[in-house]
Amino acid sequence: MGLKIIVLAKQVPDTRNVGKDAMKEDGTVNRAALPAIFNPEDLNALEQALQLKDRYEGSTVTLLTMGPPRAADIIREGLFRGADGGYLLTDRVFAGADTLATSYALSMAIRKIGKFDLIISGRQAIDGDTAQVGPQVAEKLGLSQITYAEEIRSAENGKICVKRRLEHGIEVVEGKLPILVTVNGSAPSCRPRNAKLLQRYKYAKTASEKQAAAESQTPVFGNRGVEIAEWSAAYVDADPQQCGLSGSPTKVKKIENIVFQAKESKTFDDSDAQIEGLIVELINNHTIG
Amino acid sequence: MANFYSDNTALKHHLHHPLMRRIVELRERSFTDAEKYDYAPFDYEDAMDSYEQTLEIAGEVIGDVIAPNAEEVDHTGPTLANNRVSYAPGTQENMKAATQAGLMGLSMPRRFGGLNFPMTAFIMASDMVARADAGFCTIWALQDCAETIYEFGSEEQRAKFIPRMCAGETMSMDLTEPDAGSDLQSVMLKATPDEANGCWRLNGVKRFITNGDSDIHLVLARSEEGTKDGRGLSMFIYDKRDGGVNVRRIENKMGIKGSPTCELTFKNAPAQLCGDRRLGLIKYVMSLMNGARLGIMAQGVGISEAAYREALSYAKDRKQFGKAIIEFPAVYEMVANIKAKLDASRAVLYETSRFVDMYKVLEDIQKERALTAEEKEELKKYKRLADAYTPLGKAFTTEYANQNAYDCIQIHGGSGFMKDYACERLYRDARITNIYEGTTQLQVVAAIRHVLTGTYLTQMKEYQAVEVGAELEPLKARLAPLVEVCERLVQSVAATKDQEYIDFQSRRLMDCTGHITLSYLLLLDAARNADFRASAEVYAAIAESEVKKIEEFITGFDAKRLEYYR
Repeated sequence: MGLKIIVLAKQVPDTRNVGKDAMKEDGTVNRAALPAIFNPEDLNALEQALQLKDRYEGSTVTLLTMGPPRAADIIREGLFRGADGGYLLTDRVFAGADTLATSYALSMAIRKIGKFDLIISGRQAIDGDTAQVGPQVAEKLGLSQITYAEEIRSAENGKICVKRRLEHGIEVVEGKLPILVTVNGSAPSCRPRNAKLLQRYKYAKTASEKQAAAESQTPVFGNRGVEIAEWSAAYVDADPQQCGLSGSPTKVKKIENIVFQAKESKTFDDSDAQIEGLIVELINNHTIG
Repeated sequence: MANFYSDNTALKHHLHHPLMRRIVELRERSFTDAEKYDYAPFDYEDAMDSYEQTLEIAGEVIGDVIAPNAEEVDHTGPTLANNRVSYAPGTQENMKAATQAGLMGLSMPRRFGGLNFPMTAFIMASDMVARADAGFCTIWALQDCAETIYEFGSEEQRAKFIPRMCAGETMSMDLTEPDAGSDLQSVMLKATPDEANGCWRLNGVKRFITNGDSDIHLVLARSEEGTKDGRGLSMFIYDKRDGGVNVRRIENKMGIKGSPTCELTFKNAPAQLCGDRRLGLIKYVMSLMNGARLGIMAQGVGISEAAYREALSYAKDRKQFGKAIIEFPAVYEMVANIKAKLDASRAVLYETSRFVDMYKVLEDIQKERALTAEEKEELKKYKRLADAYTPLGKAFTTEYANQNAYDCIQIHGGSGFMKDYACERLYRDARITNIYEGTTQLQVVAAIRHVLTGTYLTQMKEYQAVEVGAELEPLKARLAPLVEVCERLVQSVAATKDQEYIDFQSRRLMDCTGHITLSYLLLLDAARNADFRASAEVYAAIAESEVKKIEEFITGFDAKRLEYYR
């Protein structure tokens, strides 16, 4: 029995190699200076999905991403790595979405996709670091969820078994399908892009990309290049009020640049006197209290 | 987090050589596969784009997986238990990543699971692999053995073995024996027909077999009882799944330690004949070796690339006497020489790979249809050039890999002698490259015929005729007199008709030829891309002084003095 798997993926600025020009003077992210990449933990999620596909014959892996038109790159990259298809959720209405509005939009798109057995996403994105979207999508769809997954051990007979990586150890849990799983960065990294798949799918484009290519008269052979579905808010029956900026209760009040100041470490032993000294020090410098 | 393709613009430069259009159009038979396979290119630009994007994938896998594993693999190495080899964990990971990325069987036809890439693109991947880990490069590059099955095996053998290699099974070429190294005519491993089972049986011992516990072996064995020379040898395919070959030991080597070099015992091992009897050595191994030599050239270039990068970065970082040591002429000259030898090595590598591409694709087309008169001429020309450039290139790139690794340590000073820096591994890994697949001394034997018959000299004159632009004219003008010197030396040595004397001087004649050839190649590279200007100038200075040195030795040498050397 094949599994129908949906992988949620996000295109993010590569904040791992932040240079001096990463932030603009007004405190916003300078996206031009940061290459747009496949969110790293979403790649871990994709690998878990692909492993299930390798294991359970007849399974399909479908990517879902929300973002500007260029986020079609995420779908293509997924295809190069072994996914079967993908949907790009793109609409001006979605712009400025916080985690609530994002999870609303994603959940509406998932309803549109229809039946599925498993939704897998990365734990969190490296631009927002909230780790909220996965769980919120589960809530909106009324699904159970397993977070911090490191390995999906099995997904058969309506049940899933997952190893979770927690702060103080590991936990192996079971759940009922359908379910949503968020994957930790400690899970196996994603398989590389594949040369043959790349050649097969490099012309996979959204309708608007195809139009742009036609205008620039880029030659494409025959029916080369499957179409990547581009879905608007209206198409997935999303209420515009709940999308984008208007659907986002989170408001950014202020952005501050924090400079970490490296200090010498201190060592305290476990005597009462030492611990009391530490508490007093932390109260005095307002770390606690 | 490094991409070994995109961080090295020289690769793109060589990939986009003007001859590639002809190679790709021939290779893709005017793009007829596009109808049959949804991943086959439909025109030249599409093909080049696919090569480049695939090399980017390779560059990423190599930079992110293979390179970080190199040190650990060098320390751990393969292990032997119950006559079977286990790769180091890093090697296993490398192999898995390369297979998942679809890089195995790059140059094989699509109908066998490959991507039909030109050799040049495959060699470029080898170049990058060697920069990351020269030891893994041997396992990786042995996929080229499939080329021999493709060229000489039956359709059934091709269909059986090539797809398995594309799916990640490894290969080896089992040639050397304890008493048959450079002299392969002495191979003794015995092949006897087993008519009852419709196969051959192999019995005997092979030694120094790189990746000797591979899945698919090409074995050179004596099929004709009572014979003693090369004409009694045939080529066989042994499938590990059939059993019958055991690994007796893994050699403890100085370098390429991640690559298992094995001693094998064949006990009634079932095998299939590949191609015709008696042609094993004289035809198939010669072809196999030429392919392997191209692979070793790429390995040499990759090691030089790594040595250059290590040397440059250390020379910039290391401060003595109040400044970075690269500021001192003694050091920057060494770095510039490494770079020039690297660029020259890469130039001859890809010139050779294009020649190989041209003649191989024409030979392949010849199996499908008769070649036109023009194509026949082309085939003859490129086969001759490939035959000439392979030994010359192998000798130069691998000697330079050694020199560059040596100088890289020198630039590191005392630190370079410690195990803490990559340069010591490069130095150890480089040392085999000018030994295996034919020592430099044997490359001279293969090259000297072309030195004496003028293959290289004709080619030099073709290079001399190319327009390089006003700026490079002075450099070109410096090379023309060197060609004259070379021609004169060749004539004077050949005129003696004394075979021993010719043999004695042949290394010098090949070196002289090589220095000039590589200078021209760099000149042409500089004409297409200003990035190569400095190396072209630096290398020409090396060539001038080397040619003069050789001229001095040969013209001043009295054949009578040979006795002092004997």
